[in-house]
Amino acid sequence: MDTTFKHTSVETSTGPVASEPTTLGTDLEQEVGETVGDAFVDDPRMKARNVDVFYADKQAIHNVSLDIGRNEVLSMIGPSGCGKSTFLRSINRMNDTIDICKVTGSITLDGEDIYDRSMDVVSLRARVGMVFQKPNPFPKSIYDNIAYGPRIHGLVERRAELDEVVETSLRKAGLWEEVKDRLDQPATGLSGGQQQRLCIARTIAISPEVILMDEPCSALDPIATARIEELIAELSENYTIAIVTHSMQQAARVSDRTAYFHLGKLIEVGATDKIFTSPDHKLTEDYITGRFG
Amino acid sequence: MTDILNEMATRREQKLKRSLSKRYRQEVVFKAFGVASIVSALLFLVILLWTIFAQGHTAFQTTQVRLSVDLDPVTLGLPDNPTEQDIFRASFGTVLRDAIMAKIPEASSRRERRAVIEFISTGATYDLRDKVIANPELIGQTIEYWALAGDDLNQFNKGNIDRNVDESNRQFKDNQIAWFDKLDANGDIKTTFNTNFFTNGDSRDAEMAGIAGSIVGSFYVLVVTLLLSFPIGVAAAVYLEEFAPKNRVTEIIEININNLAAVPSIVFGLLGLAIFLNVAHLPRSAPVVGGLVLTLMSLPTIIISSRAAIKAVPPSIREAATGMGASKMQVVLQHVLPLAMPGMMTGTIIAMAQALGETAPLLMIGMVAFIVDIPSGPMDAATVLPVQIYTWAENPELGFRENTSGAIIVLLGFLAFMNATAVYLRKRLERRW
Repeated sequence: MDTTFKHTSVETSTGPVASEPTTLGTDLEQEVGETVGDAFVDDPRMKARNVDVFYADKQAIHNVSLDIGRNEVLSMIGPSGCGKSTFLRSINRMNDTIDICKVTGSITLDGEDIYDRSMDVVSLRARVGMVFQKPNPFPKSIYDNIAYGPRIHGLVERRAELDEVVETSLRKAGLWEEVKDRLDQPATGLSGGQQQRLCIARTIAISPEVILMDEPCSALDPIATARIEELIAELSENYTIAIVTHSMQQAARVSDRTAYFHLGKLIEVGATDKIFTSPDHKLTEDYITGRFG
Repeated sequence: MTDILNEMATRREQKLKRSLSKRYRQEVVFKAFGVASIVSALLFLVILLWTIFAQGHTAFQTTQVRLSVDLDPVTLGLPDNPTEQDIFRASFGTVLRDAIMAKIPEASSRRERRAVIEFISTGATYDLRDKVIANPELIGQTIEYWALAGDDLNQFNKGNIDRNVDESNRQFKDNQIAWFDKLDANGDIKTTFNTNFFTNGDSRDAEMAGIAGSIVGSFYVLVVTLLLSFPIGVAAAVYLEEFAPKNRVTEIIEININNLAAVPSIVFGLLGLAIFLNVAHLPRSAPVVGGLVLTLMSLPTIIISSRAAIKAVPPSIREAATGMGASKMQVVLQHVLPLAMPGMMTGTIIAMAQALGETAPLLMIGMVAFIVDIPSGPMDAATVLPVQIYTWAENPELGFRENTSGAIIVLLGFLAFMNATAVYLRKRLERRW
């Protein structure tokens, strides 16, 4: 339970962030509100520092600092209402659409502050894609669903190039063989699992750096879930993935690191193996052993 | 162990039975009320339609009298080699009068002769004139001509005047009935489809009056209304729903739009009179002004239904598009609007149907004038179908009573068509997600 290592890693990886909360590692009393484990990594793609999220007066996220490493799969677990989805949505500013939502602290993508004035939210979302809980294909053809992102961002010049993008995206999402003969048919006619893979294909069609997944399998059956989990493993070779899940088995299966949230606070972060075998925090242990949640 | 739940379990069966029978009784009474109200509504609808159709279906028929007309150039008062102008001014009334008098020579007194002459509508004069202008070689010949019957003979032929009524209370006198029977026996009377009703404008003579003018007027009014209210209404709805900041001003605007939907239409008419006629000096009685007034009236309906349609677009679609990096504008134009369009169109068609049936505001801007000409554009003086009905309904003549019901049938037909289109569109364009 030597949490001082964390500090070293922070200082080596992110020099200027010297104003890190110094209480983080010094207090060994396991109080809610102080993250234990390795919240920071050496090669972060995204960094969140002291993030607070408010819905009007209600605070949903309390002082969360967390790194998402390059090409790693980070899973976020925790009981309902713990703020893991809220935190995920802050990472690509989906919370902007909610008027009463306010985010403070800093979140950076490759060193750029995403809440900075100079950061365009549209280009941010082109770099940080998102897959939602319920499969939400557009009521258009399969082809148009995938082509939508490249089209609105003007990523392709020619039709042939677009065809290639569509095929590659569908292949990467493991959907190509199933739909190659009916690309012009409505995406809403696909099964739930296929729709979710279509949504993943749609997201990778704009080649984002980070893919956020908000309980992507909660509306799917076990077979479709297994298929998506395989896909996540394949995608993690090229993409940075943050996934929110209610299934601890899923978190254990797919992720490299796991973050445990409780009542809006980040309780513990660490390598997935460690979190699920020997968690440092009492709350984490209670949760993963099924004592609540 | 003797808590209330255990105790209840012992007498549950009995109690449950009693409460169940009470519930079923209530259900039966409730259903009976529902059925009764629907049946009474249907009954009134049937009575309404029955009276209108019973009175109105004869408006679509008219009577013609066969005459052999001697188109003698002398009687017509034509010079040799007459020009079109000459034919236009020729006295076709005289030849027609001679022709009908020849059919009934027994009418001798001045009064009787007048009654016989009234068998033929003055409209026949114009019709015959047009016919001769089209074929000038007819001059000098004696032709067989089916002349449009006058109102009384027309009404009697169609059974709207009862021959068993006492003569003093009857418009069509005994001698007229005798002459009619004689013509009828000769096969000189025929009932045909009333094309005048669909091709003519208004007229002082019931048998010549038609709804073409008011249908064209209604059409122009609706076109103006649609062109203005649909884009404005949809834009307002999109702005309020998607872009407007949620603050007090927006709230007040929303409340007022809802209130405007309940403002009596005559108030909109007064507003139109005050602004469009008195301030903007637009032409009186013109469909363009009618359209402007009806736009004001239908906007609240369109805005409210469009907002409901936008609200019904599932948030998951918005999220998907936003998550892909679509801008607010792209989300609205590419996803929300196409999905909300069926609902918006349904609301618009319903609002248009309302506007088509609207009378009161148009009275205020002078669309109630007696207009014979069929308007050729939205700036011409015109009247509309419901106002035409209103004008005719005030006329006590039998022929106009029939025309009123006929026009109502046509109006109801249009309304039913529009509402059916709305239902069809809703069914057809509804997308599943």
